[in-house]
Amino acid sequence: MFKKIGFRLIFVVAFTSLVIIGVFAYFNVKSQSSSLISEVERHANQLGETVVSSTRFDMMLNQRDRIQQIINSIGKQPQIRDVRIINKIGEIIYSSDSTNINKMVDKQAESCYACHAEDRPLEQISITERTRIFRLHPDSNRVIGIITPIYNEKSCWQAECHAHPKDQKVLGVLDVSISLAEVDNAILSSEWKIVGFSIIAIISVGLLIAFFIRRWVSRPVNDLLNGTLQVSQGNLNYAIKEMGDDEIGKLGTSFNNMTKKLAEARMQLFQSDKMASLGRLAAGVAHEINNPLTGVLTYSSFLLKRTKDNPEFQEDLKVIVRETIRSREIVKSLLDFSRQSIPKKSLADISEIIDKAISVIENQLSLNKVKIEKRTEANLPNLTVDANQIQQVIINLLVNASDAIGKDGGVITLFTKQISLAPVGIAQIKKATCPKRHSLIDNDFKIDGLPSLKVKVISGDKEGIAHLDPVYGKHRNNFNVGFKIEKDAKFVCPECNNSIVQQDKVCPLCGSPVLAFEISGQGIYEVCSSENSNWEKWEAVDSVGLREYIEIKVTDTGSGISNEDLPKIFDPFFSTKGQKGNGLGLAVIWGIIDNHNGTINVESELGKGTTFIIRLPLLQQR
Amino acid sequence: MNRAADILVIDDEQVIVDAIVKICALDNYSVDVALNTKTGLEKISKNYYPVIISDIMLPDGDGFEILEAVKKQKRNSVVIMTTGYSTVENAVNSLYKGAVSFIPKPFTVDELLSALYRVNNFQKIKEKQKLLIQQQRNDEILYVTCPAKYFRLGYSTWIFQEREGTVLVGMCDLYMKTIDSIQQIELLNRDDEIEQGIGCASFTCSNDRNHKILSPVSGRIVEVNDNIKSNPNLIEKDPYFEGWIYRVIPANIEYEIKYLIPCSSDRI
Repeated sequence: MFKKIGFRLIFVVAFTSLVIIGVFAYFNVKSQSSSLISEVERHANQLGETVVSSTRFDMMLNQRDRIQQIINSIGKQPQIRDVRIINKIGEIIYSSDSTNINKMVDKQAESCYACHAEDRPLEQISITERTRIFRLHPDSNRVIGIITPIYNEKSCWQAECHAHPKDQKVLGVLDVSISLAEVDNAILSSEWKIVGFSIIAIISVGLLIAFFIRRWVSRPVNDLLNGTLQVSQGNLNYAIKEMGDDEIGKLGTSFNNMTKKLAEARMQLFQSDKMASLGRLAAGVAHEINNPLTGVLTYSSFLLKRTKDNPEFQEDLKVIVRETIRSREIVKSLLDFSRQSIPKKSLADISEIIDKAISVIENQLSLNKVKIEKRTEANLPNLTVDANQIQQVIINLLVNASDAIGKDGGVITLFTKQISLAPVGIAQIKKATCPKRHSLIDNDFKIDGLPSLKVKVISGDKEGIAHLDPVYGKHRNNFNVGFKIEKDAKFVCPECNNSIVQQDKVCPLCGSPVLAFEISGQGIYEVCSSENSNWEKWEAVDSVGLREYIEIKVTDTGSGISNEDLPKIFDPFFSTKGQKGNGLGLAVIWGIIDNHNGTINVESELGKGTTFIIRLPLLQQR
Repeated sequence: MNRAADILVIDDEQVIVDAIVKICALDNYSVDVALNTKTGLEKISKNYYPVIISDIMLPDGDGFEILEAVKKQKRNSVVIMTTGYSTVENAVNSLYKGAVSFIPKPFTVDELLSALYRVNNFQKIKEKQKLLIQQQRNDEILYVTCPAKYFRLGYSTWIFQEREGTVLVGMCDLYMKTIDSIQQIELLNRDDEIEQGIGCASFTCSNDRNHKILSPVSGRIVEVNDNIKSNPNLIEKDPYFEGWIYRVIPANIEYEIKYLIPCSSDRI
């Protein structure tokens, strides 16, 4: 439970408010009680002074009965516990409690110790020193006692009774004791009130914080956690629901973006691999089929030639020859698809290419009541592309869109704009040399259809050629040289045997030697020489940062593609058009875009329409 | 060196070898056979074959090795390349490396016979030329070589880069000398796309043979020579100037010109 962020926050907030409110309450109670006590003190002092001054006249006349009466009547007031007058030697002369009269008080007892703590009695002391708070029994109420000294004065030693000599300074003291029961009750009840208030405040602060933490932190964090779990389990289609516009909300949005991009990248990678292997398969199959087909075609056309005077055979043989030639065309289109030919690129205006593509099929589309809207960002730079191939791509997409729209009519929109994307996983090394300028590109060993980088590995008395992925960031290196590469292996140029290991540098991940390839005009490409590490660095590309792309979106209002079909649409021979299509259209499109180092993605919703997004790099890699 | 047969066929598929043997018998050629590169190279080194038909993809090597070996011998053998993996690159590369013709598999009897017919005529012209050189008769011209600034695809078609950036496409005289007089010509239309190494025209000749012409360059046709439509023989009469076929906006001339042979090299 304490591992939950919400609980920790609530705990910290509650603890802090407990400390603050506690300290505040403590001092509040303290100051309240001290002000109450000092009020009582002041009151008692005043009472003492009043008693002294009201008995003064009677003292002068030495009318002791009257004095006793005054004291008695004052002592009867409810809060006043005791009023006593004590003479110099400590004898109680008057008291509201008549049983105490003529008793001696102990000077060491608390009533006297303010003045008599030291041997010589004090003559002038302050009000606080004259006051004392005490309990008669441990379980009785507190009592405040205040002593008012009765000083000697001229009228006293000149009075007729001659009771006091002239040299005496203090004649005695008046001791008033007032019960603090009421004050103590007031303090207690205010203490309880403050404690109660504090508890309520702490609980309500806690609850309030808990409520908002739950709403703003715990719930969205849980959603995010759930999302990452889903993604880590491979569900890249999982999207977190809208979470507001605070930081966590933005985190959620960026999480959704990230999974979307991941899904796209994964799809692209899958497709790339699939296409490469299908391409090889198609090429192999085509080659294999072409040989028997040659047999059929040559023999049948041979027979056709030899049976010129037999019309009955001629008809049938013509069918065989015609159908074999048809098979030949099918195989040829299969080869065309599989062929990883270099596109014939030149600078072209993408907007013009789109216009041309539209003009080719505009008539056909208008018959189907399909409207084309073209929205092109102004001043788009020219692209280095094979204009014919790109035009073919656009036409194929428009035809597909029109087919998806059907006979009821609809709209196809073409958006074109410039965007920026990061280069890793896209940039390809096309020229690499050793320090002596020998080419290290191996056209005979391709990785995913691209010529690889080669390096000769000499380990002991064995040597072989290792091949490295030419695409920066994809790490599909092939260190399979037929023997184990020892730690002291040398990596050299296959032509001049000069080392291509970077001096004074090792892989920061595994400590293996770092290979350095000179890329003409684009600095040095460094890569770890161990197959266990994916470390590589191409400063010139990293420093470029984002790369510019032209994005073409083709959106239709057609029937859309179901989620089951979506991953398969770029597969060769996958078609939803039945007999109408051969299922190669989108596969060919994919191949063309891939050959342009671009990417193609699709978004679709059943019943609402489909969007194809093509991204072509603005600057072609050299 | 003894002449073992008219034709050596190198192919690893027995059925294709058999078919070629049968087809060649139609035109009375004698045929020898090799089923792999090794035997093929052995036979070439021991005997002389005027014509060699070789597959590009062989189990122990490729047809380009055969092509190299034949070139080194300098014995006037001519090579026809063929393959089931008929990519544009293979076709163009074969012609660049010295093959006289390229036939993609599968082929019909007529396609093979047309190629053999051309190749045999080519052979005859080359032999005659050798003879003339030996006799030091420089006055007799068997065919007109193409002008210096032209580039050619094998010995079949040429291109000339015009100042405006367009490219003219036409036939080499040597090719025209290997076929009969053109009876009928099939051309593409304006605005059609052509691709290097892919058929762009076909000629039907007086002896009923049909010859498919491979384009030397990729691009879009902007003009078709109307004069040769009405008068196909203009190609034979003036193949390098009046007899041009297409004017093309090239798509990737910098790349494709690497596979074309500069005609200036013919003068030496």
